[in-house]
Amino acid sequence: MNRFLIPLGIFVVVVGFLGIGLTLNPRELPSPLVGRPAPDFSLPQLHDQQKVLSANDLKGKVWLLNFWASWCGGCKTEHPVLIQLAQSGVVPIYGMDYKDKREDALAWLKEWGNPYPIVAVDESGRAGINYGVYGVPETYVIDKAGVIRYKQIGPLNGDVLQTKILPLIKELQNQ
Amino acid sequence: MIPEIGHYALILALCVAVVQGTVPIYGAAVRNSALMSIAKPAARGQFLLVLLAFCCLGYAFAAKDFSVLYVAATSNSQLPLHYRIAAIWGAHEGSLLLWVFILTIWMVAVSFFSTHLPEAMRARILGVMGLVSMGFLLFMLTVSNPFERLIPAAFDGRDLNPLLQDPGMVIHPPMLYMGYVGFSVAFAFAIAALLGGNLDAAWARWSRPWTTVAWCFLTVGVAMGSGWAYYELGWGGWWFWDPVENASFMPWLAGTALIHSLAVTDKRGSFKAWSVLLAILAFSLSLLGTFLVRSGVLTSVHAFATDPKRGLFILVFLAVVIGGSLMLYAWRAPRVGLGGGFSIISREGMLLGNNVLLVAALGSVLLGTLYPLFLDALDLGKISVGPPYFDTVFVPLMTPAIFLMGIGPLAQWKQASLPELAMRLRWAFGVSVVTALVLPIVMGQWTPLISLGLLLAIWILTTIAVDLRERLALAGGGSFFGRLTAMPRAYWGMVLAHCGLALFIVGVTMVKGFEAEQDVRMNVGQTATLGGYTFRFDGTQPYKGPNYIAARATIHVSQDGREVTVMYPEKRRYTVQNQTMTEAAISPGFLRDLYVSLGEPLEDGAWSVRLYHKPFIDWIWGGCLVMATGGVLAISDRRYRLAWRRKEVEVPAGTQMARQIVS
Amino acid sequence: MRWLLMVLLLLPSLAAAGEAAPLAENPQAEARLKALAVELRCLVCQNQTLADSNAPLAEDLRREVREMIAKNMSDKEIIDFLVTRYGDFVLYRPPLKTTTTLLWVGPFLLLIGGAIALVMALRRRQKKLADVALSEAERNRVAQLLSEGANRL
Repeated sequence: MNRFLIPLGIFVVVVGFLGIGLTLNPRELPSPLVGRPAPDFSLPQLHDQQKVLSANDLKGKVWLLNFWASWCGGCKTEHPVLIQLAQSGVVPIYGMDYKDKREDALAWLKEWGNPYPIVAVDESGRAGINYGVYGVPETYVIDKAGVIRYKQIGPLNGDVLQTKILPLIKELQNQ
Repeated sequence: MIPEIGHYALILALCVAVVQGTVPIYGAAVRNSALMSIAKPAARGQFLLVLLAFCCLGYAFAAKDFSVLYVAATSNSQLPLHYRIAAIWGAHEGSLLLWVFILTIWMVAVSFFSTHLPEAMRARILGVMGLVSMGFLLFMLTVSNPFERLIPAAFDGRDLNPLLQDPGMVIHPPMLYMGYVGFSVAFAFAIAALLGGNLDAAWARWSRPWTTVAWCFLTVGVAMGSGWAYYELGWGGWWFWDPVENASFMPWLAGTALIHSLAVTDKRGSFKAWSVLLAILAFSLSLLGTFLVRSGVLTSVHAFATDPKRGLFILVFLAVVIGGSLMLYAWRAPRVGLGGGFSIISREGMLLGNNVLLVAALGSVLLGTLYPLFLDALDLGKISVGPPYFDTVFVPLMTPAIFLMGIGPLAQWKQASLPELAMRLRWAFGVSVVTALVLPIVMGQWTPLISLGLLLAIWILTTIAVDLRERLALAGGGSFFGRLTAMPRAYWGMVLAHCGLALFIVGVTMVKGFEAEQDVRMNVGQTATLGGYTFRFDGTQPYKGPNYIAARATIHVSQDGREVTVMYPEKRRYTVQNQTMTEAAISPGFLRDLYVSLGEPLEDGAWSVRLYHKPFIDWIWGGCLVMATGGVLAISDRRYRLAWRRKEVEVPAGTQMARQIVS
Repeated sequence: MRWLLMVLLLLPSLAAAGEAAPLAENPQAEARLKALAVELRCLVCQNQTLADSNAPLAEDLRREVREMIAKNMSDKEIIDFLVTRYGDFVLYRPPLKTTTTLLWVGPFLLLIGGAIALVMALRRRQKKLADVALSEAERNRVAQLLSEGANRL
């Protein structure tokens, strides 16, 4: 009698997994770099091409690295959130202009506001690859020791900010 | 107005399905003939109603009615008529309608060709099919209505995806669905048998032709999908182990196992419970495929636009139908009798060995397809499982199965002897091994995999030759031709199907072993050589299609100085969705395909061009067609043609049990 | 003099026709790229390899891999580079780890398990069929049932 129940048993397990699968997003790719040192980069700044922004310079403070581009729709969605966060002064947000044209980026920031103290230019996309970026916008929370602590895939929103990111930043700043 | 008629027809069809799904089954349980006799007219009525709905949707497409949301989303005023009709099944809602329509076609077929079945059996079969159609109609009418209106109407449609604007789109989905949905008949037979408790060998005999026909359609459907991807996608690949491809391949594997298992059950009355389980499994995999394609649970090139609500509905439907069937199985199957006995080394044993291997292969494909989901659900990370895994795992599992394929037909029923079989097959084995080792060297390249592939293909052919010779010798007297034609069609069907598989293996082996590719930049007038052919690029011309503009290149192909053919690869831009597509040029041949696709335009009229030489690739799909033809031949066997005309009497359970014990 | 003029006139046409050059600058490196790219996943596509995708990120990644090949990095180093940044998701051949043991061993287990189940099932039925021995009364009953059934046909 028992062995005739085996197919049903297997089926129930499979359906359970499929049901859980309905709540997951198979295309979202969490980063293996969380908990690892942030890859270094030395890239020209958007507003002053003579100067360079380097990840190592930012050691000693907690900061956000936001990959964005003027051609990206989701970046427009999250921009007000970034502006508000920048104005609160809780944490500096450094921008990385990903695979974009200078003029377009400058014009975009002029139109929608600039929450970044400094924007670096990743024209080739190589810094993005080093950070495991596969789309924009993506935002990284990096701690005082230069270790990536959190990656936000897609636009930032108020919810994620309040529930996950701000508490994390507070914790990291107290370290 | 017409779409509303279609919508109303679907609602009526649902009502009929509810009646068809419940009344006859109840009638069979209480032996009420009046209630049971509702099944036939209900099935035919449902067919007519769904046909009406299907025609209404077709009319909406033909008349370019963009006030229907589905038409606006998948069609366009510039789309040619035949693609507008094919667009009926171009996206989720319409393809569901196609699914139900084909289900009603099978229902009607069962209602006509089941006069020889006992009434209770037929009532239950149609009842079960009615329950399935009820689920799908309910699904359509609640969350996937193809007749939903768009108000205000769109000015023009969003056009059918350019990749789908192809003759393949007209034939591949209907073929595939005929196969998928056809397994619902075998499923219904199995459930009917479990419900009735009369699981005798006759059930297997009745089931076989239906299962084989569905299997033939599915073989053609899957082969067509592969062939279509080959010439459409522009990079010469023909199988990617994509989740949706696997979703169509797994029912095929289960169906193949089922055909062989039914042969055992039919002949020896044994392993009935296993055949029933396989029938449930084959249809379950069809339903699982339907779920995977539409739920968004797995990423695939072929997936329809996804919606978790729809996914949930299908999952619940899946759980109810299959869960219910498996519970019924667990309850009723233990009571089924054992049938005739046989030794492990016997034809039955080998057929079941074939089953074990096919089910293990099926399980592996399922495991690989769902594994990323398993890990993600358990929060153990994200992985990808692709062709490297499936190729590594599938070949070792199929190799023993093909080896058995050579031995099985020669083994005796009930009890065979391994040493004796080895004796009879020794020259077949010798020839196969020697040829497989030598041939690749002669052709220019030796690798273990090429040799293995050739070994398996030649083994199949030589063992068929041995078997044929023995049978002809046994037939005694009469002319050679007379003895050949005297053999039952079922035998020739098997021979043809197995040969088809051998051709398929040859195609795969040769393509994977010997295909050649070249990526060149070609200025006007330049040539490139590949596989003994010389390709000369003669520039591009602009070309205007019905709903696209293209740059069409002219490439002259010659061999040993003589011109062989002219090829016209294109780079198209479909104006509505502004999508660019590569239309590869293929010169098909019996022994090789030449495949040319344009890359990017470079300076001065030059282009980057990709050239392929693919030896024996058409044997892959040719082999599948031969397999399907074998199936058709098997069903046209005299047994079945006679059976339609004889009215079967229901054998009382007591007599059945007695027969089993004594046999 | 005239033949020199003819040759000079013919030269340009000779240069225009002739063998097409390979698209890649270094065909060997390109072949290595292809072998690697066929087993890597395009991260932004709906299930396509890095070799076949036209997506911008895919082109960027192919460029990276080309550069790594030019630097004479081994296949393993290139794969490690990508896995460090994108995880195992980028590999179409799942690596063998504790979490994927069931995946790689599963097919083999299915085969062995199936074979054992089959042999056991066959042995069980042999025993069951052997156990069924009929007594005299049972034989008479069987004969009676058979004739009953035959009359109905």
